[in-house]
Amino acid sequence: MRASLLTSWKVRFGLAVLGLFVLLAIFGPMLGSDPRANDISAIAEPPSRDHLLGTTQFGQDVLAQTIAGARGSMLVGILAAAIGTVIAIAVGVPAGYFGGAVDNGLNFLTNLFLVMPVLPLILIVAGYVQGTGLWVIALIIGLFGWSGGARTLRAQAMSLSNRDFVLAMRMLGEPHRRLIFAEVLPHLSGWISAMFLHGMIGGVMAEAGLAFLGISDSGSISWGTMIQSAQQQSAVLRGLWWWFVPPGLCIALIGTAATLVNFGVDELSNPKLRLARRSVVTRARLVPRRGEV
Amino acid sequence: MSQPVLEAREVSKHFPVRIGAGRTAVVRAVEDATLALQPGRIVALVGESGSGKTTLARLLARFYPPTSGEIRLRGKAVRGKERDYHRDVQLIFQDPFGSLNPLHRVRYNLERALRLHHGVRARAELNRRVLELLDRVSLSPADQFVDKFPHELSGGQRQRVVIARALAVEPKVLLGDEPISMLDVSIRLEMLNLLDRLRTEDGLALLYITHDIASARYLCDDIVVMYAGRMVEGGPKDDVIASPLHPYTKLLIDSSPDPDRIGGDRDALFDSTAEDLGEPPSLIDPPSGCRFHPRCPFAMDVCKTAVPPRTELPNGQWTHCWLQQEETR
Repeated sequence: MRASLLTSWKVRFGLAVLGLFVLLAIFGPMLGSDPRANDISAIAEPPSRDHLLGTTQFGQDVLAQTIAGARGSMLVGILAAAIGTVIAIAVGVPAGYFGGAVDNGLNFLTNLFLVMPVLPLILIVAGYVQGTGLWVIALIIGLFGWSGGARTLRAQAMSLSNRDFVLAMRMLGEPHRRLIFAEVLPHLSGWISAMFLHGMIGGVMAEAGLAFLGISDSGSISWGTMIQSAQQQSAVLRGLWWWFVPPGLCIALIGTAATLVNFGVDELSNPKLRLARRSVVTRARLVPRRGEV
Repeated sequence: MSQPVLEAREVSKHFPVRIGAGRTAVVRAVEDATLALQPGRIVALVGESGSGKTTLARLLARFYPPTSGEIRLRGKAVRGKERDYHRDVQLIFQDPFGSLNPLHRVRYNLERALRLHHGVRARAELNRRVLELLDRVSLSPADQFVDKFPHELSGGQRQRVVIARALAVEPKVLLGDEPISMLDVSIRLEMLNLLDRLRTEDGLALLYITHDIASARYLCDDIVVMYAGRMVEGGPKDDVIASPLHPYTKLLIDSSPDPDRIGGDRDALFDSTAEDLGEPPSLIDPPSGCRFHPRCPFAMDVCKTAVPPRTELPNGQWTHCWLQQEETR
């Protein structure tokens, strides 16, 4: 099952790009130059040999900033996705599995978060919480972004827990905890990993969006804060494209990569989406058609 | 007769359903069912689809509580922890493809049962007992099967694993919910022989649910016939099959193929009435009185108004039919 995931080029490409960004986030800041260093001799310079991606209004190296921003954005993305996924599992699966009063309560909570105007709330919460570091941003995004996933998991868990094999193990005397973790949850792994990837894209995007609106830690560097400061210095009007294109491109790349991996995960959980493998196609072609021979 | 190990006394099960906006109705899936299972005896529960057979089996397995009536285990009304109850009563599902988790190996299923019910922890002991169970359901060589996943097994092999899992608990009662209906015809007989062997070797009480009278006749000692949620007739299998009392049982037996029967016999019974006998009634709004009266060729006025009481014959056969009630009076 795991091997077949890697045979699709989409998954391979997506994983490669994601892996690259993760490596960049972990090891990047070690090799690059200081993203905060101001080179007074090069203010708002286009890409050159000294500064491969040019410099900002403050003489900071855009490449170094992009690399440093990878760490911030990936941190927020992964953390927000992890928080959101954990909450979605904790709310959605018990709601679907137990049903009844538990379901009513948890489903009410889910619906509440589903209809809540998230963006204004985040603005208010972020304004209320003192010091909006990247961790706090990730926490806020995760806390407000789990409801859709919880609904999906609830529906799946509901149908799974009435399947015969769950009933059979219940009749055997398995405790609920074990039924959930050993019988129901493994069947949701496809959904959960898809949800996590989706949450990661959402987290990176939300961080950029919030930073653009001014809700971020001005001290830390992420792709969102880069775009925001480019906007503040009206980089678009002044034609400083090298300032905002790299972080924007990185966000788009991560989104594409995660989506491609998601395609592969979808194919695993829904074989109807699967395309014929090349080996099968060639084998089918080699079989002579009746009448032609 | 000895004391029944598991007994249902006038149990009913009603399911509330939603029909349209805000309106609810009640499906009367099982009504006043009475059934007794003796150790070492096999009772067949026969009826067409939707007659409440599976609901009754699930009531007996305590998947849901009865709306009224009571279930008695060894003469005591059951309540309390489900695990204690399931130590004595296990159910075999109809679909061997659905009742094993595709992610768990054969070994896992059996080991969980042994751990939960017998507290077996030691690796070697677990292994020995798992192999022993597989041998008992004739999955041999057992050591080749223990580490297989369900998708590597055929339908018959899966059903054997399901039975082995139920046996791991060492129950007193086994409820088989159409255990052979999803299997290939070629292996059905083997499964029936396996069930028969378990009954004679272990003295299990078996409830065998089926819509196939031929297999019921082959396996069981007693037959109970259900129609639209009610029991219509029961008794020793030979008596019920040879001389059915209830018109529904007659129709059911005559509609099952029998190579020994002469063609004309069947035509005589069905001739004009067969086409307009209609379908089983809706259980949301079942017919008043005897539930079979709209389809019964012999229906009388009293059938439409009152539920027929139980008529018992000296040979142990019983039925709920006004025709019999009139005759014995």
